[in-house]
Amino acid sequence: MNNKNDDLVEALSAAIEPSLHGRSPWASARTRFMRNKAAVFSLCLLCVITLACIVGPYLLPHAFDSADWEAMSQAPTWTNMHWFGTDESGRDLLVRTLIGGRISLMVGLMATIASVSLGIAWGATAGFVGGRVDAVMMRVVDIMYAVPYLLIAILMVTLLGRAFYLVVITITVFSWMDMARVVRGQTLSLRSKEFVEAARAIGVPTHRIIFQHIVPNLLGVVVVYTTITVPGVIITESVLSFLGLGIQEPMTSWGVLIHDGAQVMEVSPWILLYPGALLSTALYCFNYIGDGLRDALDPNDR
Amino acid sequence: MNILEVNNLGVQFSTQDGAVYAVNGLSFSLGKGQTLGIVGESGSGKSQSVLALMGLLARNGKASGQALYMGSNLLDMSADGLNRIRGNRMAMIFQDPMTSLNPYLTVERQMTEVLQFHKGMDRASARAASVRMLDAVKIPEAATRVSMYPHEFSGGMRQRVMIAMALLCEPEVLIADEPTTALDVTVQAQILTLLRELQRDFGTAIVLITHDLGVVAGLCDQVMVLYGGRVMEQGSARHIFGNASHPYTLGLLRAIPRMDRDAEHLLAIPGAPPNMARLPKGCPFSERCAIANAQCHDVKPALQLLAEGATTLRACHKNVDAVQAMHAEGAAA
Repeated sequence: MNNKNDDLVEALSAAIEPSLHGRSPWASARTRFMRNKAAVFSLCLLCVITLACIVGPYLLPHAFDSADWEAMSQAPTWTNMHWFGTDESGRDLLVRTLIGGRISLMVGLMATIASVSLGIAWGATAGFVGGRVDAVMMRVVDIMYAVPYLLIAILMVTLLGRAFYLVVITITVFSWMDMARVVRGQTLSLRSKEFVEAARAIGVPTHRIIFQHIVPNLLGVVVVYTTITVPGVIITESVLSFLGLGIQEPMTSWGVLIHDGAQVMEVSPWILLYPGALLSTALYCFNYIGDGLRDALDPNDR
Repeated sequence: MNILEVNNLGVQFSTQDGAVYAVNGLSFSLGKGQTLGIVGESGSGKSQSVLALMGLLARNGKASGQALYMGSNLLDMSADGLNRIRGNRMAMIFQDPMTSLNPYLTVERQMTEVLQFHKGMDRASARAASVRMLDAVKIPEAATRVSMYPHEFSGGMRQRVMIAMALLCEPEVLIADEPTTALDVTVQAQILTLLRELQRDFGTAIVLITHDLGVVAGLCDQVMVLYGGRVMEQGSARHIFGNASHPYTLGLLRAIPRMDRDAEHLLAIPGAPPNMARLPKGCPFSERCAIANAQCHDVKPALQLLAEGATTLRACHKNVDAVQAMHAEGAAA
């Protein structure tokens, strides 16, 4: 009888066991993110846009820099597959918009990676080391905020020429400060957290505390700020290109296309409309994803 | 031989308002399996004195005196030397179990870290040892729970995890900084019982910091009453509770709410703990003491033996009978 009871208990605990499996804060953040409809929709839409930008130009019959002399400033039409119309040189706008998206997203990605890495390294060092080093490093950040970036961008482009990598560098130099500030603040507050003190009390050396205990706690904030940095970077690229300081013809980007479109707004509004719509959509997507991530990773909302 | 011997421990902080003396002239010795209770109000220097022992003072803090662990002074040890002792031979349990565990790591990762670091164990055996220790602190289904995250544990369970973590290397000294303040009464009782059992099984010496005198009475051999960073009264728990003779200790004892009396109000010691940067010239307690006189305000009382051959130390200008008589009067009124 007793044996039978034990067997039953065993079976029961075996049945319960799967529910006892630990769920990491990351896993529950993912669940919460998935529940946020707007964020998930934005993510899907962004994936579609990105995929279209990568694959689209290969599938369409037009090249981004070849002119169709028969159809200059053509409004969107089904004939000859000029679905977005053409610009005043007769180049297919759909292909150009996709190619421009490629460049814009790529600049966004590269400049974001660079500025986020720089920001994390700068902010974390300032936060960990503290004291005078921290003060000096953060004053540098303040100075960077005070510098008018357009002026510097114009100077750099005039002196060094107009290359793709220069655009990336220019944007990076002026977009890492937010991340540095956020990471520094986070590091400062983490450094005085009890679990860090507890780790010190069990004799864990400093470098292990940093990598085992502090870095994982920083990741949430970094992820959220990265999604906010991307649209900012893309806008900066567009602004530079709009002013003629960024990507050069015949290569194009959303900023360049908007610039071109704005000049012929009255006669052929579609040249402004399509790239503009795509840029805004992409930016909205990034912002919604950022919002979703922030809510999902908020530790106060467990 | 005593495991821990502290002589004339002091802690100073250099602040913008000048040097603040948080702890002054603390001395005690602790043998195997003994328990010392450190009692006092908030800000009396309880936590700072043990943080000094663990080398965990804030950057502007400085410890003076001597703290001998097995004959070597903890206060002038290098960080490397301390890291070998901390968590291994001396462990600490923190006040708030909710914030003392890293939310992004499984309990397993955090527990095995201690063993891998101090004992050089591999992951599998460290895990097995962690599960055994979680079992010892009565966490149900330890083998599955060990791979869960801190947020999936209740407060009492997290505090048990902290205790298990502290005991992993079977330390000789366990410092518990108000281990039960963040927990409800039933869980408090369980944790204290657990500490008592673990002490019996492992022979650990415990330094227990608390402001709960009931806890001290139940668990401690020696008691040290701190006020304003100074020792007010120090001796065996039995003597302090039966024969308290310092106005501050008596005040604390009177402030314990009692179920068997029909008091309408909780009795409190009037006034607030002193500002450590501006301590009174004389006895730190003189401003709140009902029987203080000019001597108390002007001259610091020395910490002296109660009588020839006694073991209880006391820092008060008034004699024992006078204090106890005044106190009895106050209680009757």
